[in-house]
Amino acid sequence: MRFTGFAAGVMLLLAGASCRREERRFSEPAARLARPVHAAQQPSGAPVAAFVDNAWSVSEGQRLYGWFNCAGCHSLAGGGGMGPPLRDAEWLYGGTPEAIHRSIVEGRPNGMPAFGTRVPDYQVWQLVAYVLSFSGRLRLDVAPGRPESIALGEPASLTDRKNPRPPAVHP
Amino acid sequence: MRRHAAARFAVLATGAGACGACDYRRGALDPASPDAMLIQILWWVFFWTAAFVFTGVLVALAVALYRGRGRATAQGSSPDVHPDAALERRTERAVLAATALSVVILVSLLLASVFGGRTLFRSPHAPLHAKLVAHQWWWEIQYHGKTASDLVTTANELHLPAGVPVDVELASADVIHSLWIPNLHGKRDLIPGHLSHLVLRPARPGSYEGRCAEFCGLQHAKMDLRVIVEPPAQFSAWLTAARRPAPPPATASAQRGAEIFARGPCGMCHGVVGSKASASAGPDLTHFASRAWLGAGALPNSALNLRAWLEDPQAVKPGVQMPPTRLPAGELDDLLAYLGTLR
Amino acid sequence: MTTASERTQNDAREDARLRDELAFTWQLARGLRGWFSETNSQVIARRMLVTAFVFFALGGVEALLMRLQLMQPANHLMGPDRYDQLFTTHGTTMMFLFAVPVMQAAGIYLVPLMIGTRSVAFPRLNAYAYYTYLFGGLLLYVSLFTNTGPDTGWFSYTPLSNSQFAPGKRVDVWSQVVTFTELSALATATNLIVTILKLRAPGMALSRMPLFVWAELVTSFMVVFAMPAVMLASMYLAMDRLVGTHFFNSAAGGDPLLWQHLFWFFGHPEVYIIFLPALGMVSSIVVTFSRRAIVGYLPMVLSLVTTAFMGFGLWVHHMFATGLPQIGQSFFTAASMMIAIPSGVQIFCWIATLWRGKIELRTPLLYVLGFVAIFVLGGLSGVMVASVPLDLQVHDTYFVVAHLHYVLIGGAVFPLLGGVHYWFPKLGGRLLDERLGRVSFALAFVGFNLVFFPMHLLGLHGMPRRVYTYRADAGFGTLNLVATLGVFVLGAGLLVILVNVLRSLARGPVASNDPWRSATLEWSLSSPPPAYGYVHLPCVTGRYPLWEGGIAGVVRDMDPRQRQVLVTSALDAAPDHVYPLPGPSLWPFLAALASGVTIVILLFTPWAVPIGTVLGTICLCGWFWPRAPHEPLLAEQP
Repeated sequence: MRFTGFAAGVMLLLAGASCRREERRFSEPAARLARPVHAAQQPSGAPVAAFVDNAWSVSEGQRLYGWFNCAGCHSLAGGGGMGPPLRDAEWLYGGTPEAIHRSIVEGRPNGMPAFGTRVPDYQVWQLVAYVLSFSGRLRLDVAPGRPESIALGEPASLTDRKNPRPPAVHP
Repeated sequence: MRRHAAARFAVLATGAGACGACDYRRGALDPASPDAMLIQILWWVFFWTAAFVFTGVLVALAVALYRGRGRATAQGSSPDVHPDAALERRTERAVLAATALSVVILVSLLLASVFGGRTLFRSPHAPLHAKLVAHQWWWEIQYHGKTASDLVTTANELHLPAGVPVDVELASADVIHSLWIPNLHGKRDLIPGHLSHLVLRPARPGSYEGRCAEFCGLQHAKMDLRVIVEPPAQFSAWLTAARRPAPPPATASAQRGAEIFARGPCGMCHGVVGSKASASAGPDLTHFASRAWLGAGALPNSALNLRAWLEDPQAVKPGVQMPPTRLPAGELDDLLAYLGTLR
Repeated sequence: MTTASERTQNDAREDARLRDELAFTWQLARGLRGWFSETNSQVIARRMLVTAFVFFALGGVEALLMRLQLMQPANHLMGPDRYDQLFTTHGTTMMFLFAVPVMQAAGIYLVPLMIGTRSVAFPRLNAYAYYTYLFGGLLLYVSLFTNTGPDTGWFSYTPLSNSQFAPGKRVDVWSQVVTFTELSALATATNLIVTILKLRAPGMALSRMPLFVWAELVTSFMVVFAMPAVMLASMYLAMDRLVGTHFFNSAAGGDPLLWQHLFWFFGHPEVYIIFLPALGMVSSIVVTFSRRAIVGYLPMVLSLVTTAFMGFGLWVHHMFATGLPQIGQSFFTAASMMIAIPSGVQIFCWIATLWRGKIELRTPLLYVLGFVAIFVLGGLSGVMVASVPLDLQVHDTYFVVAHLHYVLIGGAVFPLLGGVHYWFPKLGGRLLDERLGRVSFALAFVGFNLVFFPMHLLGLHGMPRRVYTYRADAGFGTLNLVATLGVFVLGAGLLVILVNVLRSLARGPVASNDPWRSATLEWSLSSPPPAYGYVHLPCVTGRYPLWEGGIAGVVRDMDPRQRQVLVTSALDAAPDHVYPLPGPSLWPFLAALASGVTIVILLFTPWAVPIGTVLGTICLCGWFWPRAPHEPLLAEQP
């Protein structure tokens, strides 16, 4: 009897986590643009957990990371290049979700553009959630898997010695 | 080609006539190209053969039931474990004969299919080239020309000249999609990492529907491709017009709209040749206003629908990769004015 | 010196004593713990059947919901996310949780009775297979109700099902459900193969086996060869998603098409795995209700075997639109068309048997007639889609949906329903109402055709598969409406069967041993049979023992204090030795729990591997703990 109760409890817990993780929110309330805020002004009660606990949001963040060319400076897996790496524990302007959100919205010196007027707030939070995955701060069941990198072009032949396949550079 | 026109018409007429009052002339049964016509002919061959076989089996079953019930009434129901040997042999010969007939029919159908397939995929020389890239959940179409500035990039509408084969190169940007224009040809999967070709030879001018035919996610249902087949002269005129960049906006409202487009969220994903917006993650909007549909078949392209789409695309096509455009009313009007100039 | 009547009295007393001892030896375990320790194959088979039909009902509800959404253009009953989960779960339920298990369950129940033995060869493995199947089904439905239902289709093509395009745990749940059900199917198939080859009644050479037993044997071999392909495929998918491998990522040397090849190499034989046992049921029913031996026993057996072999050579016909080389495609066209020949031989033999027989038109035979009509139509549409040019128009459209339902419902479900009406007296001990049976058939037949025939037209007109809605101007509205209305008729027919079964169980007329006056061994037992099956194991000298003057002889002097079965040779069924089977045991349930927990934890962390290894080792040690030889197996195993 006790075992049944315990099992039911565990299932309910998992079920609750499941529901939040798997939700697909197509109509976001926070669809307004994230206008640049003054550095001292904290963003009003953004539901970070709603994004960081949601696998679909993280996956959307992954898509936007490519679409908005974040990878152009920070590279595909956050390894950095022209821009600083996002994988390590060094954060020039703060590594909390709120700080990352502000960096994206306000822009930063030496090349980080301000996306506040160009990206809806909820999409910034999706990007924040994805960026957090680089430093392993997402729960295992929410973290994204490896991305599909699609090579648009003639697939190199494995036996073609004249045109060897370029080494894959993927996370 | 012309010799077969009469035969084609005859088959079409037979097919249409046989179906009586039903409107069968849709989709695959309404061919507008020699390829779709070949498939349709093959379809009717298979259909009538199947109808013949099906009727035969049902008649045999009915006769068997009749005779069996008759025998039961006459002879009672004691089981027959050692049936008469001669009768058994006759029965087994009948089964053998039916099997032999099945083999003959199947082999004939096989030959028809194989030879039909070979004819279908004998790639004719195609003077025109286009490229189709499938995305979740829209179609990107490119027409290359002799120089780089002749490149036309458009979305969700494929223009083809009637009577001229077009070699369409197929690629996918994300998952497996499938191009299916039933009036013109069979379908071809667009597989990421694979490049394939389909030669389209529409014969009849008109407007046809293409669809995605491989489940590709949330909005697989709303990924329509409009195929517009025009006489070659009209097609050339269209292509020339498409090569021109978008005209600079004339009215003040449209100019403000252009600024909003390029500096705001629109420019993060969409591009308009001739403006400051040059992103390519989403559909190219250079000649957006001249398209009949928006959202890959989600809504007809009208001012009212466009406003609704911009305000909340998720209400029209839940899951689409476009966020709502939250602009103050005045700015939205300017944006709509600008979009209306993109012919 | 004993007189004849005294000898008869002695025999009768001996039989009574034997019955009592067997009843004691084979008694069912009691209590809650006993319920989980039960290994009697009849009991496990009944549970499997009930579970499978529950999944059938759930899959049917999913289908109803989908059809309600598609009843009208631009309907708002549900959005794409819910619809995608529904159609995926519908397909997964019907293919993995209903069709294969129900056919295997029918085999587990009927095969031992038909071949004259008391149990399947591995009773504990049988129980393990059932619990594993149950846990797989539970995983799927718990996931569906927590918004984690898989949503990429029952064949889950990559890259859509890879982690970038299918975030979360939904597809992982799907691949683990596949693992559960394939494990169960493999275990049951192994059980059936060994049972059929080694436990047949003395004298029942392979050439005297009932066709249903042949069908189950051939099917089980197919399972052994087909299931590993899908287990491998789902393992690769899980690894791509959870570990970061690149099996299906073309940018790193993999290929999305690899998934399709691996899956369909299993997927095509899968439909024959579902279909062949149904053909066995049809043979049993046709023989009984035409009151004569089957026409062409050898061609029938060869057709089953040929279908099984050829079934492995067809899989590329699911991939005609992917741009594979034409010569290869033509080979698969040829194979896909030629497989119609063995099926055709079977249809002709059945028609010939009916033609030469004395027909009793009862409900089981009605369902067989429905099967012939529907399956032949489905098979002919199958010949159409086997042709590459035609397939390129109708692939992934509602034409294929129509085809697959015609062959699966016509070819498997109708014979199954006929089998339900035929064997229910044996299983349930009561007769079903003949009138209700006829009504159910009429509703099911008409309803089915109303639902699925219009879909042929929808596909040709341009409606693709797996769409949650369609535009009003597409012209699909009328046919979709007809199809949805048909669902209610079909559903009514199935409900009538349920009512018939429940009424019959409550107060139906008690069934005698052999209400249909059939030919095969299972009808010599009481209805339902006792837990030990046969008092004396029978010996046979022909294919239709009950029609050839009854059972030829019996095996004597087996020890009723052990759960003994007689092991015979594989080809000619010459008696070899006696083998004691184990009694009730909790280890199959515990092992299923262990493997189930491991598989579920694997969804979340690789720590499942060491955990599973430890748990599995404990369970296997307990399961295989050596018993003292010749120990009477009456006490419950720990």
